[in-house]
Amino acid sequence: MDTAIHVSGLRKAYGARAAVDGIDLDIVRGEVFALLGPNGAGKTTTVEVLEGFRQRDAGDVSVLGEDPQTAGLDWRDRLGIVLQSSTGLDLITPREALASTAKVYSRARDVDEVIAAVGLVDKADDRIGKLSGGQRRRVDVGLGIIGSPDLLFLDEPTTGFDPQARRDFWQLIRSLAGGGTTILLTTHYLDEAEHLADRVGVIAAGRMLALDTPANLGGRGSSQATVTWEDDAGTRRTERTSTPTQLVTELAARHNGEVPKLTVSRPSLEDVYLSLIAPHVGASGDEREAQAVPA
Amino acid sequence: MKTVAVGWDRTVLELKMYFREKEAVFFSFAFPIIMLSMFSVIFGGESFDARGSSGVNAARFFLPGMVAAGVVLTSFQTMALSVAVERDDGTLKRLRSTPMPPVSYFLGKVGLVVLTSLAQFLLLVAVARFAFGVQLPTDPGRWATFGWVFLLGVASGTVLGVAYSSLATSSRSVGAIVIAPALILQFISGVYFAFTDLPEWLKQVASLFPLKWIAQGMRSVFFPTAWEGAEMAGTWEHGRTALVLGAWLVGGLVVCARTFRWTKRGTT
Repeated sequence: MDTAIHVSGLRKAYGARAAVDGIDLDIVRGEVFALLGPNGAGKTTTVEVLEGFRQRDAGDVSVLGEDPQTAGLDWRDRLGIVLQSSTGLDLITPREALASTAKVYSRARDVDEVIAAVGLVDKADDRIGKLSGGQRRRVDVGLGIIGSPDLLFLDEPTTGFDPQARRDFWQLIRSLAGGGTTILLTTHYLDEAEHLADRVGVIAAGRMLALDTPANLGGRGSSQATVTWEDDAGTRRTERTSTPTQLVTELAARHNGEVPKLTVSRPSLEDVYLSLIAPHVGASGDEREAQAVPA
Repeated sequence: MKTVAVGWDRTVLELKMYFREKEAVFFSFAFPIIMLSMFSVIFGGESFDARGSSGVNAARFFLPGMVAAGVVLTSFQTMALSVAVERDDGTLKRLRSTPMPPVSYFLGKVGLVVLTSLAQFLLLVAVARFAFGVQLPTDPGRWATFGWVFLLGVASGTVLGVAYSSLATSSRSVGAIVIAPALILQFISGVYFAFTDLPEWLKQVASLFPLKWIAQGMRSVFFPTAWEGAEMAGTWEHGRTALVLGAWLVGGLVVCARTFRWTKRGTT
């Protein structure tokens, strides 16, 4: 398969502290990949190395066939980068920002088409400073996709979105992915990763703890299921089992059909994620490390 | 070709942003024009003709200083403030993430500075001429002097502004870091007071910086020839003016090339 991103043995330290401590990752073209992890885990550092904003200390990195540290403007022409927050656009309109950015790309999309794609038709000629947080983020995404990128980086794209805006945004990302764009996404929202990503990687303390499809992450697909129902006395019953279908069949026979208040669940992505990162967050983790790494 | 086209597009965008920001328009673009008008009205009854030459009223007396201050405000101050803020808020990083040729960014800034400085100058002389009856020079030689002093002043101000922006560590501190020294320089460089009234040591200090030389060059354009003797050296010192401004320009370019960053400090 054609590789969009290849990373092996990536290391990056700030002073004595390793922010990224040996990460391997391969992303194929057309894939949507979500990078998850607590603040200070090394997510941003990894992504910024891939984007060519940071120099690595060790390891091999290839993005669209080039080393980000030495790649030039022709390489950037094939990338779309949506940074964590972009400001400085308050005084211009979405249309002005997009039109100006379109001029620097060799394969720029039509400005009106992008405005429609990110749902800003009504706000296209308002000052960006007057837009809501979610609308500004759509401007950022519009700026990221205006150049018809082969590879799109999205750093926490839906922070501050309301649920409807998030659903609309997911639709947009799915349509981009459907068009063959490779997407690397970082997010704090596990439902977002589950909805969008073909595969997810969990990073903590600079290492890749797990890397799989959302359905199978951390053995999720094969782990025990939890079956709950209400018995004849009206008491809530819970049973963990590796053969939930058999249990449900038995219950159905016992109840002569419908089992009252039946649920069958496997660990949610969030359950798996939290148990994966649990050893790496807490008193010595998270926030302090997040401050040590400049954003 | 693309570099120039994108640079021009950046200029247009920069101009839109500049004139939509009312503080910038007031404190850098309109400020010298307002000051010239105020001084001309306040000191309108006083004679500035001590040397017996004719035709120097308050407006003509203050015009060279205001032209010089305008150059510093629209080039140095605008550049230092905007680049520092754009570095801090991530604008530079965002631009760097695109295939925009880096030179286009600077071309956009240069376009902004050149056009706003020229427009400001034209407004200044228009106000001086039509509101306060100032006699403007007719000698082409004087306008040639204006040309190179203005060009060197704007160029060095722009370059030094970009270099200076690296001193600001956050957009919160940038206002104080940029505006305070610019204001002090204006006071000691003969913009608001006659340079000859300053104590000798302060003149020496001011002579180290470009603004004194821009102001002196502008006096040589707009003052009567008879006033030349009142200058520090008794002449307009055109050669030295060119030398000092040129040195600052080259020095500024070197500092820019060595220190310019697209991202905030601590992000390598």
